[in-house]
Amino acid sequence: MPITPLKPALVFAAGVVVATAGLAAANTARDAILKTYEHQAGVASFSAAAGKALFQGHHTGGKAATPSCTTCHTKNPRVMGQTRAGKPIKPMAVSHNPNRFTDPHKVEKWFRRNCHTVLGRACTAKEKGEIITYLSSI
Amino acid sequence: MHALIRPGLAAAAMLALVTSPASMAGAAANGRDAFFKECSACHMAYPPVLLPQRSWKKIMGNLSSHFGGDASLDPATTNAIENFLVANAADAGGRRSGVLNGVSPNETPLRITAMPWFNIVHGSRARAYAKSHPRIKTIANCLGCHRGAAQGSFGDD
Repeated sequence: MPITPLKPALVFAAGVVVATAGLAAANTARDAILKTYEHQAGVASFSAAAGKALFQGHHTGGKAATPSCTTCHTKNPRVMGQTRAGKPIKPMAVSHNPNRFTDPHKVEKWFRRNCHTVLGRACTAKEKGEIITYLSSI
Repeated sequence: MHALIRPGLAAAAMLALVTSPASMAGAAANGRDAFFKECSACHMAYPPVLLPQRSWKKIMGNLSSHFGGDASLDPATTNAIENFLVANAADAGGRRSGVLNGVSPNETPLRITAMPWFNIVHGSRARAYAKSHPRIKTIANCLGCHRGAAQGSFGDD
């Protein structure tokens, strides 16, 4: 049986379809997480500006070595960060890392840890929603 | 030759760092998988054989205050990882790894980088080198210099 070579244009188109489908699924998952936080906070939407202030801000309630989200994630969420142990952290901005905020367990795990470490307390649902909204907007 | 490695002491680094994956199954395999997934989120998953059982128990018993950060996990994952670490620790199964040389039985070391053998093979120059390179950042970042460290190879490569 003769083998028909794959047409590059078709392969590319298929790739685009798969990638787009993946992106749509990621957006759906992120929207669901935001909806949960909206419900918990009793609000209809979140302010990206408030999320920016929280993410970029200097805090005093947590550990002295980590006064800000930017200590590890850097002031530019579009670029790689670095843990205190030296390991690279993928960008937090959804535009540069589309899988961010798509796994509710992972999102809750890291808010629990990092809010405790940076703020010295748990974050509210409103704060979580604001941070995700900020990092989805840039 | 790598100027930061002291050749006379290289033998001290010839440690059996690789855990035995062959006979693990079920819960043990989950512990192993969870160990690599969770611990390597912030730092290289340090080989369990580098600390004794009592150290891993203490570390896993206080993950919410873990070297200056909160590394807490759900109880089931915490237990699975602790069991894996304890089963593969420096003194597991009655063995006594050379990494315990100079460590008193009533001491519970928490930092691999504070173990006597570690300081023998990593002098002040190695520490200064790590600290001065932003990409490496700390002497605790094994991968900063040892490219094969995550696979258990700490040779002079």
